[in-house]
Amino acid sequence: MKLDSMYQEIILDHYRNPHGKGLRAGDAEVHHVNPTCGDEITLRVRLEGATVADVSYESQGCSISQASASVLNDLVVGKSVGDAQAVQEAFLELMQSKGQGEGDEEVLEDAVAFAGVSKYPARVKCALLSWMAWKDATAKALAEQPAIND
Amino acid sequence: MTLHPGSALTGLLDTDAIRKDFPVLQRLLHDDKPLVYLDNAATSQKPRQVLEALNAYYEQHNANVHRGVHVLAEEATALYEGARDKVAAFVNAPSRDEVIFTKNASESLNLVANMLGWADEPYRVDADSEIVITEMEHHSNIVPWQLLAQRTGAKLKWFGLTDDGRLDLSNIDELITEKTKIVSFTLVSNLLGTVNPVEAIVRKAQSVGALVLIDASQAAPHMVLDVQALEADFVAFTGHKMLGPTGIGVLWGRQELLEDLPPFLGGGEMIETVTMGASTYAPAPHKFEAGTPPIAQAVGLGAAVDYLTAIGMDRIAAHEHAITEYAVERLLDVPDLRIIGPRTAVDRGAAISFVLGDIHPHDVGQVLDEQGIAVRVGHHCARPVCLRYGIPATTRASFYLYSTPAEVDALIDGLHHVRNFFG
Repeated sequence: MKLDSMYQEIILDHYRNPHGKGLRAGDAEVHHVNPTCGDEITLRVRLEGATVADVSYESQGCSISQASASVLNDLVVGKSVGDAQAVQEAFLELMQSKGQGEGDEEVLEDAVAFAGVSKYPARVKCALLSWMAWKDATAKALAEQPAIND
Repeated sequence: MTLHPGSALTGLLDTDAIRKDFPVLQRLLHDDKPLVYLDNAATSQKPRQVLEALNAYYEQHNANVHRGVHVLAEEATALYEGARDKVAAFVNAPSRDEVIFTKNASESLNLVANMLGWADEPYRVDADSEIVITEMEHHSNIVPWQLLAQRTGAKLKWFGLTDDGRLDLSNIDELITEKTKIVSFTLVSNLLGTVNPVEAIVRKAQSVGALVLIDASQAAPHMVLDVQALEADFVAFTGHKMLGPTGIGVLWGRQELLEDLPPFLGGGEMIETVTMGASTYAPAPHKFEAGTPPIAQAVGLGAAVDYLTAIGMDRIAAHEHAITEYAVERLLDVPDLRIIGPRTAVDRGAAISFVLGDIHPHDVGQVLDEQGIAVRVGHHCARPVCLRYGIPATTRASFYLYSTPAEVDALIDGLHHVRNFFG
């Protein structure tokens, strides 16, 4: 049934028990909204050198947007900024696949559960809200960081 | 399934016959689910009669209006101006020249806001002026006034809302004062469904010499709309919510105001003479209809008005009232459901917003859609209302002349399914 392809059990689990929710210290903070539905997220990124040390957030929105923020937290915290950005790009590509993509489970882990959401144009933005906020906040945090020697 | 008393409601229209006129209502969704269309406050469906009028116009009469002497030009002009006559009669306008065709209600509202920014005294909105709107307006009746206030320095003031979704008139004397130039408010709220007390507001506005603009977008499709009885100065509404096509809206204005106020858009059609030095303008309504108008859309709106009039707006209102009363009663029986807006059918339209526990409206709408039920979810272009009631969004079911008690039952069953799904 189509609904179950969108609302995978893994998504509902993240929705009911979101990981890493709540605002903690960060190097940069952004506030993103989805104007069509009123979903909102305030998200902070804390970097330690070139590592994503923490992603914390306060958000309100539908199950898809809430679960997506929780999965984001799982996937990027502890990774190098470069690896985390690769995950973000893979997730973006999956969400833009119009139901055609399956996602690489090696890279996306739980986030492959969102493949079904990509069939619903109105919901893609819900899934991407936290990821776009993270991308934005990370760019800000990097800009404020003294240049890192490669 | 349990039998509900919906079939025993009184005042219902013959929806079996009416629904045969609406091709889209015959659709099955997701393979086998009949469409239950409960998003009428966003836009209505169109009867065959309107679709045929659009087709006939393009197939038989298409030409530009008010130009040319050939047969098609004359027919197109007669059809376009005939639509104006129909709309004028529909709203009981004293004169057909008071009916301006626009592209939608937003344009109608923007038109008035811009005219008042450019007008001479006594209408001119400037830094000493005040504009009064309400917290339950659609964004289209908020943003044009915010723009006008920013451009002129005028002060924007708001009627607040009561906890049960009504306008709070307790401070009307502080809100509407000698400085007020314009009071603009919705007759029926698109989110709350509230029908507002026009007379009290109009009386107060008149006592201080302020103009009154009524946004009737959610009223014109559903009730008898009599601009003379309202005693407002302007009334705006849109065609696509009242069985007409998109791309056609209406602004009714009192003739002497339309004569005094400056034009909004310049272009063909709205002029009397043009020289390189200056232009003079055609009389209303053409003064406010620059460029080639939405001709086919006006003709379609005329057909929609014919359709509604043949059934009778008073009978349509009675039908929707019965459906709304039934829907409110059944919704209040759903566990964890909170109606945002009046919890009775008294002075309320057929749009009912609600929240269902902590299940986000997007999720509610998605699961309902799977059952063929179309509702609107989100802030409904009325975000201040959501902020007022401390909610991010609502689910809204809105009914029309073709809605049935069985569709209310389908909605209720659907909501139980939503609760089980996310429970």
